Amino acid sequence: MKTEVLRATGITKYFYEPEKFQVLKGIDVQVNKGEFVALVGKSGCGKSTLMYVLSTMDTQYEGELVVASEKLNDWSQNQLAAFRNKHIGFVFQFHYLLPEFTVLQNIMLPALKLNRWQESEVEDRAYTKLKMLGMQDHALKVSAKLSGGQQQRVAIARALINEPDIIMGDEPTGNLDSYNTQLVFDIFKELTDVYHQSIIAVTHDEEFAAKSSRIIEMADGKIIH
Amino acid sequence: MKFTSLKLSAGIAKTQLLSKPRQTLVAMLGVTFGIGMFIALISMMTGLNKLTEDLAMTSSPDIRMYYDISPDRKSIAEFINPQGLTITHHQKPKNESLKVRNAKQIAEQIRKRPNVKGASILLNSQVFYNYGPVQLNGTIDGVDILEEDKLFDLTHKMKEGRIENLISNPDGIIMGTGLAKKLRAKTGDRVVITTPQGFTQTLKIVGLFQIGIGIVDNTRSYANLSTVQTILQKDKSFITDVNVKLYDYTKAKELAPVLQKDFGYKAEDWETANATLLVGAIIRNIITYAVSITLLIVAGFGIYNILNITIHNKMKDIAILKAMGFSGPDVRSIFMIQSLVIGFFGSLMGLIFGLVFSYLISLAPFNGGDIISITHLPVNFNPLFYVIGIVFGVATTAIAGYMPSRKAAHVDPIEILRG
Repeated sequence: MKTEVLRATGITKYFYEPEKFQVLKGIDVQVNKGEFVALVGKSGCGKSTLMYVLSTMDTQYEGELVVASEKLNDWSQNQLAAFRNKHIGFVFQFHYLLPEFTVLQNIMLPALKLNRWQESEVEDRAYTKLKMLGMQDHALKVSAKLSGGQQQRVAIARALINEPDIIMGDEPTGNLDSYNTQLVFDIFKELTDVYHQSIIAVTHDEEFAAKSSRIIEMADGKIIH
Repeated sequence: MKFTSLKLSAGIAKTQLLSKPRQTLVAMLGVTFGIGMFIALISMMTGLNKLTEDLAMTSSPDIRMYYDISPDRKSIAEFINPQGLTITHHQKPKNESLKVRNAKQIAEQIRKRPNVKGASILLNSQVFYNYGPVQLNGTIDGVDILEEDKLFDLTHKMKEGRIENLISNPDGIIMGTGLAKKLRAKTGDRVVITTPQGFTQTLKIVGLFQIGIGIVDNTRSYANLSTVQTILQKDKSFITDVNVKLYDYTKAKELAPVLQKDFGYKAEDWETANATLLVGAIIRNIITYAVSITLLIVAGFGIYNILNITIHNKMKDIAILKAMGFSGPDVRSIFMIQSLVIGFFGSLMGLIFGLVFSYLISLAPFNGGDIISITHLPVNFNPLFYVIGIVFGVATTAIAGYMPSRKAAHVDPIEILRG
């Protein structure tokens, strides 16, 4: 029995600048628990746009979006922020760690915001995630001092800290060398296989996509495969 | 917003402020300078104002009652024939006596009123002081010196001699130091007094006083009431002024018209009498507030600028915070806290700077010359200014920080994350 974590029905979106243009043309997507979905397609096909709609950060769309059994269409920005905090983890192409903070603090921030656990417990959890990613030795370093691959692993730890229903990635390996790409892919693979973590990631790395459990290919605002 | 998320915002704000200590310090110094100058300026200016007010208070009574020479009345012909043209050639003013009738009884009555500290009667006249070849214009006040002392604390303003010397010396005179200096006269010397009516009398200087205002010290003398009455060749009931001192001098402006109505003589309050001195105080206040507000606005723009730059540099951080689940209000509070911290600590340093600066000003020697006898600039160390300073400082930074913070709250994370 598969549990559904994300379902989008009839997602349609227009861009109005520089002129009216339909980016997404009635897209239906569904992600089950433990699935590693790669979203691929040529540049400009709308895959990133779709990802940001699914991430709840973009609210300018038509259609129905259900994440973790919650229908999110009419939620306010602040409610959606709280929802993202609890249910969605993000990994971006650029690692976007807060440069003044230590690795540990960066990972702890979403959990402190969630305020579900005591600070000491959050710290323990953050260490657990770091160990899982082999980064425990760097915990107290300022994040700006890490290499790109290390920063991306910290970003993944941060995405995991609140035990989200789904992790979303926008070109998570786009800025990494092949060694680190392999590393990140292995981490994702382990997360889905061992921890049954659901992941949806936009990528144009064929090799990366080929290793995922399902590929969704897009072209001209539609899913073609 | 929940307290925990505010605490988290505060933690992020703190880390960001501490990671750029120099920028933070520069922003704080802008506020420090503004508030410090405000404190120093207002302390000095109000010190000066208080000095002039005190001097005005000591040199003139809270309320002075006297016979005001009235303007010409209409002639009887104009009353009879109001439409007609009446020409009176070479009209002269009526011979009016400056006497306040029943002055002693009026003073008695006034003393019984609430808020009245004392009321004294005096006889004031223009006179010439002759000593050797020098002839100086001035005034003489015939007073009951003990009653006058109650009102103006003359005892503590005596430079030489004692006020009691006047009681034992019927032809004694206590002279202003400035006047005595001009006459080159000393205690024990005899000066000749000439009245406008041409009467002369020789009086002996038994003491010198200094009130601190040139126009008083350079012209005024005190003598016994009966002595002045004798010089002017007036009767024992001839009194020209009733001086009133109140417990609360700010009420003088209200009480003066009442007294004028009740007793039928002109009653002038101290503010009206010293309008020229007090105009300076008003102008000083305007300058103080204008300069202070300008300084604070400049500091405010500094903070606005620095926060705008900070937020511009932190766009990526704001976007990721929002993606991770920080709401607009969370982001806004991060930057509001930063500006409030800058404002609060900047103001606090400003208060210290202001205190030190005003203390240094109070040590600076300053010669008031003939006009005001002071040796140092007067500084008013009123705690209220420090309260105003910190409230102003924090309020300015709150306003300056609000707009950039609001902008940060409205940042669209997608635009930044998509690159």
